Amino acid sequence: MSVWTWLALAGAAAVALLVVEEVQRAARASSAGRRFLRHPTAAPGVFILAFFATIAVAAPLVAPYEPSRQLDIVHLQNQPPSLRFLLGTDLYSRDVWSRLIYGARLSLGIGTLAMLIAVTVGAGVGAVAGYFRRWVDAGLMRLVDVGLAMPRIFVLLIAVALWERVPLAVLVLLIGLTGWFGTSRLVRAEVLSVREREFVAAARALGAGSARVIFRHVLPNAATPVIVSAALGIGNVMLLEAGLSFLGLGVPSPASSWGSMIFDGAQLIAAAPWTAIFPGVAIALVVMALNAVADALRDAFDPRKEAA
Amino acid sequence: MTAWLVRRLAASIAIVFAVVTITFVVIHLARGTPFQDGDRPLDPAVVARLHERFGLDQPLPVQYVKYVVALVRGEMGESFSQRRPVADAIADAIPNTLTLAGAALLVDFLLGLALGVYQAARARRFGDVVLGNVALFFNSMPTFWLGLVLLLVFGQWLQWFPVGGMRDVVLCPRVSDARCALDLLWHLALPALTLGLVGAAGTARFQRAAVLEVVGQDYIRTARAKGLGERRVLLVHALRNALLPLITLFGLAFPFLVTGAVLVETVFAWPGMGRLSVRAILERDYPVVTAAALAASVMVVLGNLLADLLYAVADPRIRVRGAPP
Repeated sequence: MSVWTWLALAGAAAVALLVVEEVQRAARASSAGRRFLRHPTAAPGVFILAFFATIAVAAPLVAPYEPSRQLDIVHLQNQPPSLRFLLGTDLYSRDVWSRLIYGARLSLGIGTLAMLIAVTVGAGVGAVAGYFRRWVDAGLMRLVDVGLAMPRIFVLLIAVALWERVPLAVLVLLIGLTGWFGTSRLVRAEVLSVREREFVAAARALGAGSARVIFRHVLPNAATPVIVSAALGIGNVMLLEAGLSFLGLGVPSPASSWGSMIFDGAQLIAAAPWTAIFPGVAIALVVMALNAVADALRDAFDPRKEAA
Repeated sequence: MTAWLVRRLAASIAIVFAVVTITFVVIHLARGTPFQDGDRPLDPAVVARLHERFGLDQPLPVQYVKYVVALVRGEMGESFSQRRPVADAIADAIPNTLTLAGAALLVDFLLGLALGVYQAARARRFGDVVLGNVALFFNSMPTFWLGLVLLLVFGQWLQWFPVGGMRDVVLCPRVSDARCALDLLWHLALPALTLGLVGAAGTARFQRAAVLEVVGQDYIRTARAKGLGERRVLLVHALRNALLPLITLFGLAFPFLVTGAVLVETVFAWPGMGRLSVRAILERDYPVVTAAALAASVMVVLGNLLADLLYAVADPRIRVRGAPP
């Protein structure tokens, strides 16, 4: 590692700190924001997320080497972590730190995109079911029952394994489309109570159509479970993607997510443990940060709750 | 109560049926054939004969109806790759998965309960904060990765535990005496600990919140006002009601153990349902895949049903009437 890469690392940390400052400044303006900040793990969580997001976006600037470049297959194979190779090198003499940085793009990207799909579908279905009730509700919720009864990793395994070589976009879509069942239940419960409120009746009396009432009046007031389950959803997707990749069925090579890095490293875990351990630590850190932020968000939106 | 139970059972059967149907359709919509040896194409005539033998040459609706009719009679077909009834393959795997799941649940609940109560007693103090963050970290890691790390440390470096499998094949082909039971436990330790630790971290978070919520209620204040010691208030009066949410967790743990076990069983070469399913999926062993989906959804539905029933039994404040919300 040269001076430049240390500077880049420090720069990423500085950017993350700036983000935390900015979030804190913005949050102090409202009481919900202050409840968010009172959560002791909220700020560190935001920092971790901002840090990994920064290195993912600025990967070419932060990474000391190209992620898939084999530096010296004879002399630099399975090097332990050192000043030159911060997290060591793998079997093909590739720099693990650089791969981790580029892997952040895939892991965070897949997590975010799949979560967006899942939350959009979940919120939509939940709102429609809760708003129209009767047979629409009954039908959709039975569908959700079935969806929740199928273990998600199992469904994905079947789909991915049988349709050989699933492109990344389809993988993201599949993960998203198998992840909305829980969200839709939460949203439905929230919508059921919101729809009885006066402002909804007022909107309807003014002649607003169902779609307008749902999207302009009901959903924004049922946003809490959506936001919380979105934060938790990214983490779940990341764990899921890691699991799929670990079975060799996740992100198609040569691109490497953190999960496929663990998969590669697992074969050699005795000889070069760092190749499998560090990507796992990265996943755990990001998921932990997401959980912490989700906890803080839940408390922030729930005025009855004191920060624990 | 009986009417509710009957309705719930009917709904559960309908859900399982739907899962089986969806799995069946998804599998058979896939291109390709289960009968190929790696990348080497098999003689088309042989493939055609195999298709005929397993009924794959018939139209999908016919295959489906045949499958369902057989299923109702309790037949799950013949495994393509193992050349034996699917029921046998599953009957071999289920006890192994239940052994692992049972041990993992034990670690999960005992450790989670103890941690949660301890944390609640010291809420917001140093011990609670440290343990809370450690638990959150464990709860956030991929289970299979924790399995790999435990395997590396305790199997490879310290060599305290075996690096995989369920028993010593030479000395203990089956559990026949005390020594072999110990051998099984020795093999069980790491995979059970892996699943149990990740689960316990979640249980502890849950349990801490439950105890804290109960502690805020009036009857606890009464107990304190009577002059009871804090330990007695917490462990006797508060804990009883704080245990109720654990029932929900127990119901939710069912699918966690089925799906979590898919990866952990692969890491530890544990011959259970998870490994069987993964192998079947990779080998396109259609009947085994469908049967595994059936078993998994039964576990999920059963877990939910069991949780609701236990709730009704354990908490007299909850009456199970026509339809629980």
